[in-house]
Formats: sequence, structure tokens, C-alpha cells
Amino acid sequence: MKLKSILLATGAALVAAPASFAQDMTDSMTLVSWGGAYQQSQINAYADPYKEMHEGLEVVWDESSNEAVAKLRAMNEAGNITWDLVDVVASDAMRLCDEGLAMEYDPDELLAPAPDGTPASEDFGDLIVSDCFIPQIVYSTTFGYRTDMVGDTPPSTVCDVFDLEAYPGKRSLEKRPINNMEWALYCDGVAKEDIYDVLETEEGQDRAFAKLDEIKDQVVWWSAGADTPQLLADGEVVIGSTYNGRLFSLIEEQDQPVAMLWDMQVFDLDGWIIPTGLSDEALARVKDFVNFATDTQRLADQAKYISYGPARASSAPLVGEHAELGIKMAPHMPTDPANASNTLLYNYEWWADYRDDLDAKFQAWLAQ
Amino acid sequence: MTDLATEAGPAGRSARSGSAEGEETGPVLAADGRPLKQSLRRALRAEKLRALALIAPLLIFILVTFIAPIADMLFRSVENEIVSETLPRTTVALEQWDHTSGEMPGDDVLAAFTYDLVAAAERKQHTRLGTRLNYEMTGISSLFRKTGRRVDDFGEVYLDQFVALTPAWEEPATWMSLMAEPGWSAQYEEWLADRAAAEEADRDFETPQPLFEVKDGVADVLPETADAYGEFARIAQVENDDNPAAEEPWAPVYLALYRDLAQATPDSVATLGADAQALLEPARAAVAGFDTVPLSEMFVDAEEDWADPDVWATIQAFAPDYTAGYFLASVDLQKTPDGVSAQPEDQRIYMLLFKRTLFMSLVIMGSCVLLGYPIAYLLSNLPLRTSNLLLILVLLPFWTSLLVRTSAWKVLLQQQGVINDVLVWIGLVADDGRLVMINNQFGTIVAMTHILLPFMILPLYSVMKTIPPSYVRAAKSLGATNWTAFWRVYFPQSVPGIGAGCILVFILSIGYYITPELVGGTTGTFISNRIAYHISSSLNWGLAAALGTILLAVVLILYWAYDKLVGIDNVSLG
Repeated sequence: MKLKSILLATGAALVAAPASFAQDMTDSMTLVSWGGAYQQSQINAYADPYKEMHEGLEVVWDESSNEAVAKLRAMNEAGNITWDLVDVVASDAMRLCDEGLAMEYDPDELLAPAPDGTPASEDFGDLIVSDCFIPQIVYSTTFGYRTDMVGDTPPSTVCDVFDLEAYPGKRSLEKRPINNMEWALYCDGVAKEDIYDVLETEEGQDRAFAKLDEIKDQVVWWSAGADTPQLLADGEVVIGSTYNGRLFSLIEEQDQPVAMLWDMQVFDLDGWIIPTGLSDEALARVKDFVNFATDTQRLADQAKYISYGPARASSAPLVGEHAELGIKMAPHMPTDPANASNTLLYNYEWWADYRDDLDAKFQAWLAQ
Repeated sequence: MTDLATEAGPAGRSARSGSAEGEETGPVLAADGRPLKQSLRRALRAEKLRALALIAPLLIFILVTFIAPIADMLFRSVENEIVSETLPRTTVALEQWDHTSGEMPGDDVLAAFTYDLVAAAERKQHTRLGTRLNYEMTGISSLFRKTGRRVDDFGEVYLDQFVALTPAWEEPATWMSLMAEPGWSAQYEEWLADRAAAEEADRDFETPQPLFEVKDGVADVLPETADAYGEFARIAQVENDDNPAAEEPWAPVYLALYRDLAQATPDSVATLGADAQALLEPARAAVAGFDTVPLSEMFVDAEEDWADPDVWATIQAFAPDYTAGYFLASVDLQKTPDGVSAQPEDQRIYMLLFKRTLFMSLVIMGSCVLLGYPIAYLLSNLPLRTSNLLLILVLLPFWTSLLVRTSAWKVLLQQQGVINDVLVWIGLVADDGRLVMINNQFGTIVAMTHILLPFMILPLYSVMKTIPPSYVRAAKSLGATNWTAFWRVYFPQSVPGIGAGCILVFILSIGYYITPELVGGTTGTFISNRIAYHISSSLNWGLAAALGTILLAVVLILYWAYDKLVGIDNVSLG
């Protein structure tokens, strides 16, 4: 059945091919991603299959997504774009689009429709948060806790992170205001829909900092996604925030006594952008690849290797089992209904405005 | 040197023979009859040039790949052309505006801003400028982004009324005949034909297109329209590769036309020729009766924050091409429309970080001296076989990845780490009172001292190797105690090594960034962590450059002070 659908999808891609791919394409492309398990999932799910379809194609990976915006800006100033396709989080995609460094695209023209014919723009829906952003996955920043250090009543809400009496011990939080401020206000009694309105005011910001002050002494601040899993594994912290995929591999692949706390997980998106200023041949190659790599089956395939939710609605039913562990992946997806009963969607526009200001305040607060 | 040369050499003879005959002493001549000085200078110059030519490849390499990029980066700390380049008309118009008035600027400024913004939005520069100004005032980023989407509708009310009056106003051709310089039109047609022919023949076509030119005289009568339409036409050509003769202008061009015609007289319109007059005169007569919408209303309608005079004051304050704003921000000050003021207390961080960076670098340097000196002493006094072996032990961590060494310290120092476990096991520390030794200053100092120790040991060792042991023995034989012999004889001779090691360690640690980021927590981070943040995350390169420039200046000042106090000649790497 699965084989059949792959064949069908491939067939569809091949049938669609002649119209748009008549022109020459480069036989190498440089893809930029995050490295680690995530990049591996991309290689397994679509880069390798694509390479098999196109003999002689060379795919170079650059693990620079972390600094993609800065590097693309520098490349643009130097007038020499060496990347063909860049994997970035949605907020970075918006910034690149704002700066004219990423190419705007037409979803229905560039991306393949769903197998039932739903156009890509509907299949991806709201997740196309910027004119330049080609969504791939939904991930979330959420908490994991040591099951052996929380007693008989494991934490059930995000506010337990702020409860030092019930759950004594260190916690790890990301060293930036984003997410932490929202959680702090939420646990200070602000309704979810009012969080950004409150955070806009000076008093609201003070309120969030005051809430964070309650646990400040007990926080280990992380800046790399691998920190929290390590701290949890070492028993350095009781509970800590990180990306859900990292926690999945800690729990399922490394078998650590850690469990997920999905409450108030913050959804974020990751996807491709095409840099502006590519040559016609490079652009043709990239478009061909993106069309393949973001089709329904490919995005579903990616979920076999990492617990991030596919960005296409039509991919969700196709999500199967983990490639090595053989466990069902659906319950580990941040988008699974059981996990997504109380979530927050990261407000890109708001943070684009307040990021500079709040970051300065946050760093000053940290240094106090 | 030249005096010496006149005494000797073949040239000297003729000079001496000249004076022997009692004649007047002329310039000393070389064998070929030229004055000796000149000839020598030539020889020296040739030599210098040859030397220069020999090092030229390296010099050029360093200039191009090292000095120039750094200079370029540092220049960003004052450069601020983005505002005046993106908003050329607005910055000029805003000069007269009084930011203390408490109101939005008048229509002239707003009209100029409309033309600037629509052009910037077409070029996709407005959001970049929004990001730039957002560093100074929160919220400007989205103000520019959101208004940029709508600004091409500003003036639609006039477009509709002009078209209702004379439908020809909707036609691109009308505008072309009114605005375009006939010579340009001909050139452009020719260029289009050339390009089409080249495409037909599958040839490369590189000739740049002739950019739109406004007809003579139009700018005198319709200044804003000529300006706005010219901008529109050039952007259509360059950005979209469209033929402006086939494109309907943006609504703001009609706004400009309305504003110009409101000022125009029948006589001035007549100077444009009969055709233009036939088109313009009815419009001119009608504009007085047009429905109008104040520009301020259009802006406030799009985004109500435009009504905030602080937004305009920020644009005004940052209009100059060069700004001290980044440097002020790096020392916790800020540039406001009313002059320089301190940052709000909850945003002050850079002075603290600078002080902390200097303090911790000094501590790290000091602990490197304390730990490195005995090791170097031991190394230099052991037989070569043993000392070489030990030297490898010193260098071994040097060959290990920095990240590995830093992570190793995490494993050792963390609360569930090796050291705490041992302390708890031997009962020195209670299980619930484990020491906090990482993610703070202590952890950073320990990890960085370890990482930088070889930079102290190596210069010390190489200097100590050259101190003859006989000196200390001589001192002792003359009755000095061990301590006196060491302190009065050995130590002074090792000072150049300490100097070199200290400079190396201090300068390396002042710019360190990975280790503090990983083990520094909140109290152990350095200024370089903020620089890295501004380079790669916030993209505030101007601020990063200013911070970097200050750091560079501090290092140079300290180096100078060291030279004055100790003397740079007293530094030796062996």
C-alpha cells in the first residue's frame, strides 16, 4: 500500500515534470539545515530518494541554519549567494522575506497538490506564514521532566514549572525572552488570548519578570537545543524546556526516565526558503527539488525519523511508524489531539516588533 | 651613514683629489658623475622597492582579507545611510519639523514620505529600514511592514476623481506622453527592439537599459508629479523589468498630481505645450472642487501609531548619514530627539559586561600565571627527555577540541558531576547542599584558565629555557638563600616570559565567547557573547561593530599602558 502510494506520487511528479522542468538544471545544490537528527530525517525522507531519481546530482549540506539570516545577509552584501535552499524557522523566514533576501513564491505553482487534488495553498493552510516560507514541519517547545524526581504526582500543567514547593530542584529554560515571558504571564493568571496584549505594556513585562524572579535562582539557562536533554539525563534539572523532537529521542531512543509535559507547548514552524539571486539553472533545480521534498508522501515519510508533525494536512493520516524503533509516531507528534489540548502559537509579528526591546530587558534582568 | 660613505669608497677619491687641488668642494660625485648622495639614495630606494615587492603578496593578502573587512565592519558602527537612502525626500522634508510640537508632521512631509515609502516598498527596502529603526523604537518594524503593503493605495481617492474627470488619466500612454523625454522614449524603444532581436537569435544581451527621463520643463510646473512618476517609471524598469509605457502609475502619483495642480496656475500649465495644456487645464480647474482626504488620516487609518510624534522624531533623529547612536547604545546611553540620555535602568547591560569581561580576563590571566609559572619552571629544569614528555602533556589538551574540553568541565563541575559526587561521598558536602560550580563566574574562570594555560606555559618555558642555571648557582655561592636567589636573580630574568604570556592570555580571553556561552550561565558571560548575539541573531550589526570597536580600543589602550609601565621590549616569546 505504502509502496503503491510512493509510486503514485513519484509518477505524478514525473508526469508534472516536463512542463516546468524543460529548462536546464544545475547538477549540484547546496542545502542548508540544522545538522543532527533533523537533517538526517531530511536526508532519509527526501534528499536521498531525490538523488536516486536524478543520477549524477550532488547534494551538499551546510549546517548553518542557526545563523542563516546573518550569513545570507552577508552573502547578499558580497553579491555571492552560495546556498540554494535554506531551512529556517518561520520567524527567520519572515525576516529574510522582509529584507528581500528570500524569494516570494506562489504555493500552488511551486508546490505539489495533495493526492486528492487539494491545492497546496489549502493543504498547508495558515502555516504559510510568510510569502517566502515553504513549511515542512510543526515542532513545539515544551517541557520534559524526570519521572523519578517528581514524586507521586507528576507535573500536569506548565505552571508546575513555577511551583518550587511541589517540585523542588533546578529547571532549565531557554536563554531568551520568547516563550518564557508567555509562560510566566499565563501562570500569573493572564488568559491565553490576552498574553500578548499584556506583554505589550511595561507593567505586563514587569509582571512576567516578577513571575520569573520566583524561580530565577533555580534556573539553568540553555542556548543549545541539546542542553536540556543532557541536563535531564544527568539529573541536573527536574524539568526543562526544549524542542519536542529532542525529548522524543531522549525518552524513546535513549530510554531515560523522562516524560513529556505537553501543556502550553508553543508551536513553531520550520521550513524552506529559496534565497533571492539564484541563477536560472540553480533555481530550476531547487524548484524541482522543493516540489518533490514537500509533497504529501515525503513530509509524511520525514515523520518516520523524527517526531515533528508534517506541515501538510494531507500528510497527517500517512504518518506511520518510527523507522528503527517500530513504534507508532502519531502519539508523539506535537499536533496529536491528545497532546495539543492546550497550546500556544508563537506570535511572529508581535515578536518581530518587541524582540530587540525585550531581549535587552531580558539580558539586563538575567545579569542582575 | 652618508657621512661615512663620503670618506670611503671609490667616489671618495675624486672628492679628496678635488680638495687637494685647493678648488672649491662641489658635491661628492659617484663614478658615473652623479652626486653620490643621489646615487646612494637611488640604490637604497631600489633595495626598499625590492623588499616591498617581496612582501607585497603577503601585504596585499593581509590588507584584502583581514584589514579591509575589519575596517568595513568597524565602519558600520557609525554608518547610518540606510535612512536617508531609503527615505531621501522625507529626511529633507523632516528637517524643518519641530519634534516638540507634539503633532504629526504636516502634509508636505507626509506626501514626501508617501512617495518614499511606496518606492521603498516596491524595492523591498522598507522592512529593512523598519528593522533598523526598531532598534531605536519598538514597534516601528511592523509599522513599516504593514503600511508598506497599503501605501500604493494612498491617493486612490484622487485617482478615481481624475479618471472620472478625464478617463485618459487611467491610460499609461497619457502619462508617457505627458512625462517622458521624447529622446528617452526613442532610445528605450530601440533598446527593447535590440533585446528582442538578441533573444530571437539566442545571443547574450548585456546592454543596460536607458533609465526613464522626465521631459524638460515638467518638473518646474509639476515638481512632485515629475519626481513621483520618474521614480515609478524607473522602478518599473529596473525592479520588475516592465515597460513603464504599459503600466498604470501608483496611486501616490495621482496624489502628487493633485498636490501640484492645486499650486499650478493656468499660465504655468500653458508652458507645457498645447497637448499637455488640453489635458491638464481642466484637471487644474477641477482640483479645487475635489473631495480630499488629509494625508494624516490615510496614515492613521493604515496604522494608528503613525499619529505618535515619537515615530517621526525617531526618523528625524536618525536621518543623518552618520550616527553616534550605536556607540551611545554600547555604553548604556541612548540617542533621543532631545539629545543623549541614559538608557532605562532595566536595559543597561553593556557597561556591566565590559567591566565583567575585563575583571574576569584579569582573574583568568592571574590564575594562569599562578598555575603556569611552577609548571614552566619545572619543565625548564628537568632533563630534556622528561621535560619533552611533560610538554606533550601540556600540549595534549591543546590538541583536543575546545568544545570537548568545555563539556568535560561541565561533567566535572555540575551538581550531579564528578567533583560534587566525590565531595558528597567523602562527606565534605551534604547531598542537598551540593556546590554550584558551573553556569556561573567560577565555572567560566576554571574552564578558561584550563583552556588558556598552554598560552602561558609555552612563552614562560621558552624564556626560562634560556636562563643559565649558573646565575642562580653563582648567587647561592655568594651566600644568597634559595628564595633570594630565585627572587633577585631568577625571577627578573623570567619577567619577559610572564609579560608575553599575560598579553597572550589576556587578549585571548577578552574576546572569548564559546566557553562563556556554554558554562557562563548568567553571571559568567562576556561582552563577546552579546557581540555574537547582535551579529547572528538580532542582526544589529551596527551595535555589534560599535561594541567590537570599543573592545578593540580597550585592548589597544591596555597594550599601550603595558608598554609604558613594563616596556614592550620586556616581552619575549623565547
